[in-house]
Amino acid sequence: MRPMSMFARRLLYWLSMAAGLVLAIVPLPGWLDPVRPDLALLAMIYFVLTSPRIAGLGYAWLSGLFLDVLRGMVLGQHALGFLVVGYLTHKLQLRMRMFPIVQQAVIVMLLLALYHFLMFWIDGLTGHGFTGWVRWLPVLSGALLWPLVVALGDSLTRRSS
Amino acid sequence: MVELSHDSRPIIGRGPPLTAYFLTLAAISVGLMVADQRYQQIDRIRESMSTVIYPVQRAVDFPFRATDWVTGSFADRSRLRQENLELTARLRLANLQLQRFAVLEEENRRLRDMRAATAGIAEKVLVASILNVDLDPFRHRVLLDMGARDGVFKGQAVLDGDGIFGQVSKVNASTAEVILISDAEHAIPVQSNRSGVRTIAVGTGDENTLSLPFVTVESDLQQGDLLLSTGMGGVFPPGYPVARVSKVKRAGSTFALVEAKPTAKLDQAREVLLIWFKEPVFEAEPPATPVIVPPATDPQAAAPAAAGPTPPRTAAPATDPASTGGDATVAAPTANPTPAATGDAAPAPAPQEGAE
Repeated sequence: MRPMSMFARRLLYWLSMAAGLVLAIVPLPGWLDPVRPDLALLAMIYFVLTSPRIAGLGYAWLSGLFLDVLRGMVLGQHALGFLVVGYLTHKLQLRMRMFPIVQQAVIVMLLLALYHFLMFWIDGLTGHGFTGWVRWLPVLSGALLWPLVVALGDSLTRRSS
Repeated sequence: MVELSHDSRPIIGRGPPLTAYFLTLAAISVGLMVADQRYQQIDRIRESMSTVIYPVQRAVDFPFRATDWVTGSFADRSRLRQENLELTARLRLANLQLQRFAVLEEENRRLRDMRAATAGIAEKVLVASILNVDLDPFRHRVLLDMGARDGVFKGQAVLDGDGIFGQVSKVNASTAEVILISDAEHAIPVQSNRSGVRTIAVGTGDENTLSLPFVTVESDLQQGDLLLSTGMGGVFPPGYPVARVSKVKRAGSTFALVEAKPTAKLDQAREVLLIWFKEPVFEAEPPATPVIVPPATDPQAAAPAAAGPTPPRTAAPATDPASTGGDATVAAPTANPTPAATGDAAPAPAPQEGAE
């Protein structure tokens, strides 16, 4: 199996990011809306883990910035969240790659929790505070979805050899 | 001993150290956030980025629109006929009411003309549709398919067929974000149609409830009262239905617990109306005030009470200050012409629409 070229990986990164961003604003039925997992963020974590040479902090930051514009949030809010998660993943990368998938999912859950805490905090500072427990649901749904993201990503990167 | 680095970028041309890079970008993000809260200029960055993002929003919206179109064009004949009959019946009823309304409106206009303030009458209406895009589950915002290109401005009133819907909170080139009246950050001045009690209706974050937190126990509000917009603040046109009082509880000592249900269909509307109207001029009521300035100089000064966020207010270039001062002193003693002048000066927002 020949590994993908750098260019193909870059392309795949941006395509999956675009898909993640689209899924971030696709209308969902009311009860499902708060559960919506942060797929763009999961894709970013996946690419930082598997191809850290191309998925740098700049990519993470820019993806977050696009999410800000897309959802009409304070400019820089999601960018900062993506950046922090990307940085920590870079730091933990060598260890996380060794972990079994369940342990990985637990770490991802912690990263997501940190991300959502950051969002919650900035929301509070800018006066958009929403304090219901519902806003923490994406942490759980994201962690549960992590094995699926890995499986999908692995199959995508290997097929196009 | 060699330490394994977590930075696995190529050694040559790997760019700045990871932590330094991180801190720089973090500082930029924080700077952006602060700037976004404080300064208007940042809107230009957002606007240019949103042009890039617009195709994505359209792409998300497209399948829903396509399904609508398909189901619409293949709707069976009997259903269309049924709908047609219903609409005809409703139109007949509406026309009947309109006949009476036309007389009233004419009379109203004449009376208002006498007061030199044709305030709150919608002059131009644009129908915009709501894009099928979820912005944030915890905030009541929707995205319209019209933006700065169509003349939409920040703070513009948005209505649907049944009442006040919200106001424009962000304007991009071809989209605009609307904050609904039910958003927890939104408040609108209202007046009871029955008793004339004035208060403020605040959004709760629930589409079916507005809260009226500043109603005292003694004030005359009942369940079922229709709340109309007052037009104070200059954002919303006065006299349009906002909500109907759904609950009044006079348990507390000073303030009553009052809730109201918005008359607009906040969660169902697909199409909404963007409104251009003349701002009410509260200044015009006390006849002569020495602060009045001739219309050509500064429309802002003419309507200080109506502090509406209307950016397209085209401030005419200031004329010679000496002559302005002269005019003002001349105008002050003669009471009658000046209020008329302010009435003309007020509709400065969007004068080109006003002419249509």
